[in-house]
Amino acid sequence: MSLRKLISNKTIAALAVIVTAFANTSAFAQAAAATAEKPVDMGPIYKTATFYVLAFLLVCLFVAIVGKALKVYELTREAQDKPKGINWDAVNGGLFALFLIVGLYGVYWEYTVHGNMILPEAASEHGKKIDQMFNITLILTTIVFIVTHILLFAFAYFYKHSGKRKAYYYPHNNTIERIWTIIPALVLTVLVLMGFLTWRSIFYKVEDPNNKPISIEITSSQFAWAIRYAGADGVVGLKNYKLITSDNALGIDFKDKKTLDDQLAEVMVIPVNKPVRLILTSKDVIHSFYMPHFRVQLNTVPGMTSYFEFTPTITTEEMKAKTNDPKFKYLFLCNKICGDGHYKMQREVKVVSQAEYDAWVAELPTYLTDDLRKQFNLPVASAPATEPAAAAPADSAAKDTSAVKTNQIALKK
Amino acid sequence: MSTISLHDTHNHDSHDDHGHHKETFLTKYVFSQDHKMIAKQFLITGIIMAVIAMGLSILFRIQLAWPDKSFPLLETFLGKWAEGGRIKPDFYLALVTIHGTIMVFFVLTAGLSGTFSNLLIPLQIGARDMASPFLNMLSYWFFFTACVIMMSSFFIQTGPASAGWTVYPPLSALPTAISGSGLGMTLWLISMVLFVASSLMGGINYVSTILNMRTKGMDLWKMPLTIWAFFLTAILGILSFPVLVAGVVLLVFDRSFGTSFYLSDIVMGTQVLPNEGGSPILWQHLFWFLGHPEVYIVIMPAMGLSSEIMSVNARKPIFGYHAMIYSLIGITILSFIVWGHHMFVTGMNPLLGGVFMITTLIIAVPSAVKTFNWLATLWRGNIRFTPAMLFAIGMVSFFISGGLTGIFLGNASLDINLHDTYFVIAHFHLVMGSAAIFGMLAGVYHYFPKMFGRLMSSKLGYLHFWITFICAYLVFFPLHFLGLDGVPRRYYAFTEFEFMQKWVTVNILVTWSAIIAALAQVAFLFNFFYSIFKGKVSSQNPWGANTLEWTTPVERLHGNWPGEIPTVYRWPYDYSKPGAEEDFIPQTVPFSQTMSSNMPHDFEGNAEAERIQREWEEKEAAATGKTKLD
Repeated sequence: MSLRKLISNKTIAALAVIVTAFANTSAFAQAAAATAEKPVDMGPIYKTATFYVLAFLLVCLFVAIVGKALKVYELTREAQDKPKGINWDAVNGGLFALFLIVGLYGVYWEYTVHGNMILPEAASEHGKKIDQMFNITLILTTIVFIVTHILLFAFAYFYKHSGKRKAYYYPHNNTIERIWTIIPALVLTVLVLMGFLTWRSIFYKVEDPNNKPISIEITSSQFAWAIRYAGADGVVGLKNYKLITSDNALGIDFKDKKTLDDQLAEVMVIPVNKPVRLILTSKDVIHSFYMPHFRVQLNTVPGMTSYFEFTPTITTEEMKAKTNDPKFKYLFLCNKICGDGHYKMQREVKVVSQAEYDAWVAELPTYLTDDLRKQFNLPVASAPATEPAAAAPADSAAKDTSAVKTNQIALKK
Repeated sequence: MSTISLHDTHNHDSHDDHGHHKETFLTKYVFSQDHKMIAKQFLITGIIMAVIAMGLSILFRIQLAWPDKSFPLLETFLGKWAEGGRIKPDFYLALVTIHGTIMVFFVLTAGLSGTFSNLLIPLQIGARDMASPFLNMLSYWFFFTACVIMMSSFFIQTGPASAGWTVYPPLSALPTAISGSGLGMTLWLISMVLFVASSLMGGINYVSTILNMRTKGMDLWKMPLTIWAFFLTAILGILSFPVLVAGVVLLVFDRSFGTSFYLSDIVMGTQVLPNEGGSPILWQHLFWFLGHPEVYIVIMPAMGLSSEIMSVNARKPIFGYHAMIYSLIGITILSFIVWGHHMFVTGMNPLLGGVFMITTLIIAVPSAVKTFNWLATLWRGNIRFTPAMLFAIGMVSFFISGGLTGIFLGNASLDINLHDTYFVIAHFHLVMGSAAIFGMLAGVYHYFPKMFGRLMSSKLGYLHFWITFICAYLVFFPLHFLGLDGVPRRYYAFTEFEFMQKWVTVNILVTWSAIIAALAQVAFLFNFFYSIFKGKVSSQNPWGANTLEWTTPVERLHGNWPGEIPTVYRWPYDYSKPGAEEDFIPQTVPFSQTMSSNMPHDFEGNAEAERIQREWEEKEAAATGKTKLD
C-alpha cells in the first residue's frame, strides 16, 4: 500500500518529524504570543467540527506512528535473533490487574458519590419494604460482583501465557458444579420468596374499615394529567370516553349522581399516614403513572382501569428537612414513552397533615361548573330548590354541607 | 446409521460438482449460495448497520449531554429534524427507536447469529454446506431488503418509527399520536416481517443442518459449544419469531383496516375513535413472547463463541462441558416463560406478576453456572491474550455486571420503582448489548482467518479492546444511578425536571465516553477492512485449535474440504492433556494415536477400547520398568 511505502520511506519520515516539530514550535510560539498579549477566546475554535476532525486525525496519525515504531522494534529484534521485544501477554495481563484495581476504586467512587445522589428514603409504607429488599439484593449482588471480578481479572493476570508451563487439564468436577448450582439456587429462592411476599402485600390489600382509603382518579393524556378527587361521598363517579367533549374533557357521566361532587385538582395533595387508592386511566395512549419517592408505578392503559394503593408516611415538610433541601418537592411523572411531550409530563404532589388536607380539599372546586350544568340540562346554582344536593355555591362553607347532602342522597340510592 | 450413509452420498455429489461449474461475479459474491460467503455478507451488512446505529446513539447522546446547545452542523446533515442545530423531540424518539431496533435485530440477531451460524455450523460439524444453500441465500437477501426498508424510513416526510423499539400501541398505531407512527411505522412493520422471514429461513436451515449433516463420529455430545449455542438459538428463533409476526400482522390490521385488536376507548384530543374491545396489553404479551427469547437469541451465540475462544486461548478444556450445555438448554426452556417480567407494572393481573418473578429469577441459576464455569476455565490456564481472548473475557465481565442487575429487575417488587428508568438501560446495555457485541467481536477476531485467510493486526485489536472496554463501563455504569434516582428513559431532555438537572454533568461524561468508544471502532474498522486485503496470511490452524474448521485449507474451497470430510473421534476440548506432546489434540485424531494421553472416561464405557488401552499401559509400564532396571 502506498501509505505504508510513504511512512517507511525514511526521507518522508524525517520530513514529517521536522514538520511536526515546526508545527509544534510555531504553535507554542503562537500560544506564548497570545498569553503575552491577551487571552484569546478559543471557544469558537473548539466548537468547529473541523477542529475535532483534525484532532482525531492527529490521534490516528499518532497511533499509526506508534504502531510503526513497534513494528520496527520487533523486526530489529527478530533480525538480531533476540527474544521477542514485547511480551503482549504480560502487558495485557498487567492491564487486567490494573483495570481490576482502578475499577474497584471506580466502583467504590460510584457507590459513594453517585450513590448519594439517588432518591431519598421511601416516603410510603410499602416503599420501606421495597427499599429493604433493594438493600439486601444490593449487598448480595455487590459481593458476587466484586468476588467474581477479582477472580476473573486475577486469573487473567496470574495465568497469562508462559512457554514454561502447561495448563492444568481439568475438564469437570461434579461436586464443585453441584455446589455452585445449589448455592445460587438457594440464595435466589430466598430472594424470590421475599419478593413474592412483598409483591403480594403491595397488591393484595385487606381494607381496614377504620382507615378507608381516599380515592383519587388519575387520567393521563398527551401530555397532561388530570387529578380527580372523589368529593364528599368518597366515590369517584362514572365516566365514559364517548362523552368526552372540549368542555367535558374527562367524559364524566353526569347521570351518575356520584359525579356531582367530584373535584378537579391541579396538585395532588394527600394526607400523611392515610391510605390512598389511585384509580389509573388513560385517555389516548399508554402512559405510566410514576411517583419515584413513594415507590409507586403503574401504567395507565386506555380501555383498562388499574389500581394502586399506598400510604404516604413522610410529609413534604419533613422530607425537606430530611434531604436538607428547602426546594424539595414530591412529584409524579410519565414513565412510558407517549409522544413528543413525554419528557414534560409532571405534577406536584404534596403530603400534608390531615388538618391541612381537610382544609385544602374543602377549597377545591367541583368538576361540574355552571357552564357544564347548562350544557347537560342540570339545574344551576341559581335554582337550588329543585336539587339542593347538586348545588355548587361559591362559598366553601356552604359547599361542604351540600356535599354532605350529596352523600346522603347517594346513600339513599 | 442412516445419517452416515446419507452423508456419504452427499460427499460424493458435491465432490463431483466441485470444479465443474463456473462461478461468475454474481454467483460468487452477490447471489452466493456458499455458506462462508453468506456469512461474510451477513457480517459486513451487520457491521454497516452497527456503525449506523452507533451513529444514531451518538446523536441522541449529544442531545442528552447538551440539551441547550445548538450544533449548526446537525442542521446541515439532518435538515428539518434538527432545525436551529437542535434535535427535535420527535426525531429524538425516532433515533432511540431505530437505534434499538437496528442493534437488537439487525446487528445482534442477524449480524451475530447470521454470521457465525452460517460460517461455523458446516465447518465445525463437518458438512460441505448448509442443508439448503438456496434458502440460505434467500435468508440473506430478505435480511438485506429489511435493512434497506428500515433505513429508507429516514428519507420520508413523517420520519421513521418513533414509538420505541417495542412499538407499543396505541402510540404506534395512531399517526395522530406521533408523526413517526405514519408511514415510518408502516415501513418498520414491513421491514420486521421480512426480517422475521429471513431469520426463520436461517433458523430452519441451522437446525436441519446440525441434526442431519454431522460428519461421521460427530455425535451431539462431541459438538463444540458454539454449535450447541447456535442450535438452541435457532430453535428459540423458530419458536418465537412467528409470534412477533402474528402480532405485527394484527398491528397492521389495526393501523390500516380499522380492526381493534389493540385499540379500545381512545380519544385523541376530543376526537373519539370508534375502536372498542381491544387491549393494548395484548401487543405487549405477543411482543415480549418473542422479545424475551430474543435477548437470549442475542446472548447465547455470544456465550458459545466466548466459551470456545476462552478454551482455545486458555489452552484448557472448557470446565463442565455438560453443565454448559445443560445450562444453555435450561436458559432456552426458561426463556419462554419469563416474558411477563417486562410487564410487571402494566396493570397485568398481580398474580401473574408473582409467577413471572419466580420463573425469571430461576434463570439466574443456569447463568450463574455458566459464569462460574468460565472462571474455572481460566483458573490455572495458560492464557494467550489474543484480541479474541480479550473480548471473550470482556464479555464475561459484562455478563456478570449486567446479569446481576437483572436480579433487581426480575424482582417484581423492586421493578415497581425501577421499571423503564435508566437502571433498565444500564442493565440491558451491559448484559445483552455490550456482552453480545463483545462476543461478536471476539468471534470476528478469532474466525477472521477462516473467513478471509488472513490475520487481523493484534496490536490494533488490543487498542480497540481496551478503549472499548473501559469506555463501555464509563458509559453504562453511572446510568444505574440515574435509574435509582427515578430518571425515566426516553426523555428528550432533563431540563424540565429540577431533580434531574444534577445528572446533566454525568450525561456529559457518558456522552464523551460514548464518543471515544465510537471512535475506537475506527481502529476495528480499519483493521478489519485493511486486513481483508493486506493482513498477514494465516496458517491453517493459527490458534492451535481442536475443532474441525481448522482442518480445512486456508483457501476456503467451495465444499470446504478438498478430499473426504474428516471423521471425528473425540470431544473438542482436549487442550493441554497430560501425556500428549502438543497442548492440543484435534477432534480428528483417533485415540489409537494418543495412547499416552488417553484417560479412562474418554472411552465412555467401551469395554473393547478400555481393554486395548489397559494392555498398552501394562506393556508400557513393563517397558519403562525394564528401562529403569537397566
